[in-house]
Amino acid sequence: MAYDYESHIRPGKLPHIWCPGCGHGIVMKGMIRAFDACGLKKENTAIVSGIGCASRMNGYMDYNTLHTAHGRAAAFATGVKMAKPEMDVIVVGGDGDGTAIGGNHFIHACRRNINMTYIILNNMIYGMTGGQFSPCTPTGDKASTTVYGNPDPTFDIAKLAIGAGATFVARGTAFHAAQIDKLIAEGIKHNGLAVIEILDDCPTTYGRRNKFRSVVDMMKRLKDIAVPVAAAAKMTPEQLEGKVLTGILHKEERPEYTEQYAQVISRAKGA
Amino acid sequence: MAKKVALLQGNTACAFGALYAGCNFFGGYPITPSTEVAEVLSEELPKIGGKFIQMEDEIAAMASVIGASLTGQKALTATSGPGVSLKQELIGYACIAEVPCVIINVMRGGPSTGMPTGPGQSDVQQAKWGTHGDHAAIALVPASVQEIFSETVRAFNLAEKYRMPVQVLYDEIVGHMRERIEFPEPGELEVINRTEPTVSPEDYKPFDPSFGDVPPLAAFGSDYRFHVTGLNKAADGFPTTKANLVDDEQRRQIRKVDGNQPDIELNEEYLTEDAEVIIFAYGSTSRSARYAVNELRKEGIKVGLFRPITLWPFPEKRVAELAKQAKAIIVPELNLGQMILEVERVAKGTCNIVGINRVDGEPINPGQIIDQVKEVK
Amino acid sequence: MAQRYEIRFSGAGGQGLITAGIILAEAASINEGKHAVQSQSYGPEARGGASKSEVIISDEPIDYPKATVVDACLAMTQESADKYANGIKPGGVLLIDADFVKTVPAGEFKVVKIPIMRTAKEEVGREIVANVVALGAMIALTDVVSREAGLKAVLAKVPEAFLDLNEKAYSVGFEKVKEALDA
Repeated sequence: MAYDYESHIRPGKLPHIWCPGCGHGIVMKGMIRAFDACGLKKENTAIVSGIGCASRMNGYMDYNTLHTAHGRAAAFATGVKMAKPEMDVIVVGGDGDGTAIGGNHFIHACRRNINMTYIILNNMIYGMTGGQFSPCTPTGDKASTTVYGNPDPTFDIAKLAIGAGATFVARGTAFHAAQIDKLIAEGIKHNGLAVIEILDDCPTTYGRRNKFRSVVDMMKRLKDIAVPVAAAAKMTPEQLEGKVLTGILHKEERPEYTEQYAQVISRAKGA
Repeated sequence: MAKKVALLQGNTACAFGALYAGCNFFGGYPITPSTEVAEVLSEELPKIGGKFIQMEDEIAAMASVIGASLTGQKALTATSGPGVSLKQELIGYACIAEVPCVIINVMRGGPSTGMPTGPGQSDVQQAKWGTHGDHAAIALVPASVQEIFSETVRAFNLAEKYRMPVQVLYDEIVGHMRERIEFPEPGELEVINRTEPTVSPEDYKPFDPSFGDVPPLAAFGSDYRFHVTGLNKAADGFPTTKANLVDDEQRRQIRKVDGNQPDIELNEEYLTEDAEVIIFAYGSTSRSARYAVNELRKEGIKVGLFRPITLWPFPEKRVAELAKQAKAIIVPELNLGQMILEVERVAKGTCNIVGINRVDGEPINPGQIIDQVKEVK
Repeated sequence: MAQRYEIRFSGAGGQGLITAGIILAEAASINEGKHAVQSQSYGPEARGGASKSEVIISDEPIDYPKATVVDACLAMTQESADKYANGIKPGGVLLIDADFVKTVPAGEFKVVKIPIMRTAKEEVGREIVANVVALGAMIALTDVVSREAGLKAVLAKVPEAFLDLNEKAYSVGFEKVKEALDA
């Protein structure tokens, strides 16, 4: 029997705005499976997004959904979670939204270790505005604002999250669809700020400028560069050149923010 | 029983006014001269199970407030001009998404960093026009410590009643000075809560105009679930570019305030009945003006004070009447002429209008106003 | 006292003069039911260098909340005397710490000299209560609130362990002025 995705989708809100070949829909399906696996209740869950193609996702999903301003999703979500810690709060957005204009909110959400799941779809480009380079566009690549090749170094989102204090960091790809829900589910179950980066493709604004002749080529790239952490452990630095690690990259236990604040409340009430 | 009294700073009174109104969430970022509001609430909110969070920047503070409000909390932030400039993006968001919240702006000099510990009234037009796009605005301008308390309560009431951000602006002088305050008893001041939906969750639309210009707002985490966006949206909350729907929604949001101005407007008049010269003054400047009126009346000069407590929406009707009655209106402001533009707009040339302006970090003193009244009389 | 009465406390940042101003305003507005407004210098100005705290007291509501020309001024240091002891009303009074203000500003006002810091250290036992010595002295000098109302406000402000110390500081300051005026 086919998986029941429809019951998570708002009636009448499809078709989506994404281009043919975009991996965002694959990620959305992974999210839905993860929500199911974790037993999230629609009324008790808020999906918060910023601005961009990925951030449009929550409009299709039949939950409490907050489509905020560019880059601000983590900060809005922090307000929701802080006010109602019993709610499950999911943040979803793209690489430009999360690491450029929203970079400050992203690192501070990591630092606080507030119990939210931040799913960041990294297609290495600003897609909605037509393909300008993002902090995740590889150096040397073409974008509409780097026609001579991108001079900027790139962010490694996972390292950024770990450095900022996120206590669960994982990476998957839109090609490895069956792994997406498992990584997200682990993130949701984790008590703290979980970052799940999903490497994604944008055939329309990234692929065609960077010699990917088809969506298949882009997906093949995701397949080729991904190396599971366990496999990577047995590989030499030379073999890992140009590869990205996938799977759970980091996991630690550290006091969670709303629980810390609950202690502030009990201290204040006792004072 | 005698009321509880205390000598309080304006900023402290603001914090206690917020608590009286039922505020249970504060998201902020440190900035002079408003920081005491955050300091007091960081101590008081957890005592009642409320939440205080110091965010990573001014924008995040505003975002957290909107997020918290959507879960049904009464949410506040406090800042000063530079912070309000940063918050404009999300003040606009709160306008279009119709999320109740209160923003305190303890005004200092500007532009930019300006004079952090000096008073200013140079953000009064920003309170109306600061964020991009057409939107309604409510801004309140208390002039004393007691009034900061009561206007903070009223700001929450208006925010919840009209489902929108409300700004309270007072300058550094009133924010930092200490005065005696009588704490209102519970129930003495009206406290308004937002209207929640009565329809079934399946039928709920967050912007349903069939409930009037202010549709009921459900809370995240309740039985209702809904979508909120900063895009132009239809009654169901989902983005639309259909011309008629966008137009309807935009006009309804303006009408919320324009159509309810008598409920929102609050002014104080002092000896205006026979006045030939009217002083239009707000905030700390109105205190100098009142002092000047008393001195001038001793000399038999027919002068009165019109003091808006609600600055936006602008008290057009009454100011137009006074412009017809008076020979002159004097507008002292700690800026280079902002609200005088509104006075001139509504007076339509019916009387002489003169500004007194100061931006050197010092208050306008009564002597300056006295001299100006004598000159125009 | 229907008219407004303005008092300025000035000295070095950290000498507790802002607190002295607040206590005086509390004495007037809470203990005596008068109107009072207290304001102070802020920011870097308030930390080190010369700092000031101003109190306006009146039987009527106070409109203009800032000091205009003060009726009484305290200067604990030479710097504060130079900077803040200028706008004193003719017939007003300037209280100075005699050990620290050597060059007394000129004007048509009475000058009362008391070694405030030394009194706090030697007669009360702690320099830290110099602000309360100064407050007692100012209240004795100006009679702007009663001796009892001032003391009550002092005792309401300080931690329980320091009640005696502060009461002593207040009384010594108050008596010093009485002695100086009688002399």
